[in-house]
Amino acid sequence: MSAKSWLRGGAITVALLVLVLPVVWMVASAFKTNVQITDPGSWLVFTPTLENFGNVLSGGELPSSMLNSLIVGVTSTALSAVLAVPAAWAVGRFRLHGTGSLVLVARIVPAISLLVPWYYLFAQLGLVGSHAVLVLSHMFVSVPLILWVMISFFEGLPVELEEAAQIDGLTPFGTFLRIALPLAMPGIATACVLAFISSWNNFMFALILADEDTKTLPVTLFSFVSYAGTDWGGLMAAATITTLPALAVALLAQKHIVAGLTAGATKG
Amino acid sequence: MTGAQRRLRWLMLGPALAFVGLMIVFPLVYTLYLSFTDAFGAVNAEAGFAGLRNYADALGDGRRFWPAFWRTVVFTVGAVAVEAVLGLALAMLLRKAFRGVRWVRTVLIVPLLTAPVAIGVLWLLILDPTNGVANHLLTAIGLPRQAFLGSVSGSLPTLMAIDVWQWTPMMAILLLAGLSTLPTEPEEAALVDGASAWQRFRHVVLPMLLPALTAAVLLRTVDALKTFDLIYATKGAGGGSAFEAETLNVLAYGLTFDYQEYALASAVLVLFTVVIVGVVLVVRRRPGREAV
Repeated sequence: MSAKSWLRGGAITVALLVLVLPVVWMVASAFKTNVQITDPGSWLVFTPTLENFGNVLSGGELPSSMLNSLIVGVTSTALSAVLAVPAAWAVGRFRLHGTGSLVLVARIVPAISLLVPWYYLFAQLGLVGSHAVLVLSHMFVSVPLILWVMISFFEGLPVELEEAAQIDGLTPFGTFLRIALPLAMPGIATACVLAFISSWNNFMFALILADEDTKTLPVTLFSFVSYAGTDWGGLMAAATITTLPALAVALLAQKHIVAGLTAGATKG
Repeated sequence: MTGAQRRLRWLMLGPALAFVGLMIVFPLVYTLYLSFTDAFGAVNAEAGFAGLRNYADALGDGRRFWPAFWRTVVFTVGAVAVEAVLGLALAMLLRKAFRGVRWVRTVLIVPLLTAPVAIGVLWLLILDPTNGVANHLLTAIGLPRQAFLGSVSGSLPTLMAIDVWQWTPMMAILLLAGLSTLPTEPEEAALVDGASAWQRFRHVVLPMLLPALTAAVLLRTVDALKTFDLIYATKGAGGGSAFEAETLNVLAYGLTFDYQEYALASAVLVLFTVVIVGVVLVVRRRPGREAV
């Protein structure tokens, strides 16, 4: 290998270590005792313990928060897909790019300016603290997200297949259902994984709109900081539990996730 | 287009548009309305008309509003600029296929899919002033200890560094996608003409990549302006005891939910939204209009 490619390999290695070591540190700390976490002698060599996981999973709010996150994530993603996938097809096929501006507005507006009006509205409807409110607020992020990913996906599909199907007598809606939808399944899966992760990681909406019984995982994790700031082991176990499910799903679909993340953002 | 097609179009697009529209239009109008009242305390309390007083109060507040405004600017411009440079360098390094490139791209998505609150507590541990690994490493190589997030002057730079850690990969991924769409002929021609690697990058690749770069920078700018989870998780309400990490978003949150100053908070949010829209409009006049 030439000196140049060694240099390149070295630079890439350093960048990767910087990116991944903190997360490795979090997971490793979750398997340490509080003494080991702060003791330089035990940083690299230690006997892993499941005590932290046992503590955070056996008592307190973490298990129920996981369930809440799962309920809200799955429901909001599924409902968002039902709304956004047909809409994305309509945009892609009928060239309705004005819709893009709505996605843009939803992305630009600071979420805090939505929370008080939402709270007011949902309080009138007696819904504050329910799963439904969290699902609706997370859908506000997911619908534009899925719409955006799917518009570029549908635009990438060959239109000839749909035209041929229409000549064979399929209605436009039939074309969507029988031709476009099956072809779009990989894209829909990608968009749904991204939407689920954004819901799973979302902090602010649940911080305000959830109550004790509907708190999601990030909010519960945050409450660990405030009253148990020095229980690093428990905190890292909780952070690991918050991070790993979403990350595992994403890493399994790694190639598609990168495609989804870049969808629509690179057209000059 | 036939009538049936037109109906179908609205049938398929309508529900999604109606949902996002309903979730956003009422809040925006309501926030604008609140910003002209004296609403305080309960959300549905009787509020009187206050004219432009909230705006005058916000813009005349040199203790929290203006410092928060400048912190937002410094945080966003600083973090995004570093992310753009490092992301571009990383994208150029990863541009040519090599053994293990799939692994590398997998690692890239780890920070950006980790929950921001988890990232906050993770860095609280690593950067802990007394027991954190960062300080042990610093002292091991003979450098002085740092308080990082524990100090008033160090908090904002530390938060910017964490933002750079988390979002440089996103920048690199977006730029890699941009690079993959570029034609290779201009570069090959420049190579034949004897241009050095730097000259090829500076005069051939960079101009062609500019739309993708602008798009990526715009995307990151809009999100960085609104950074909330990380600051709130590490510095708490008000961005610390001396408001040292309070950005406009954190200030608006605090005014709303900690002080119930709904009217003043709404004015701050309207001003903040105007700033974001202004940034988007200015950047979008340049190439790369598909972003965000």
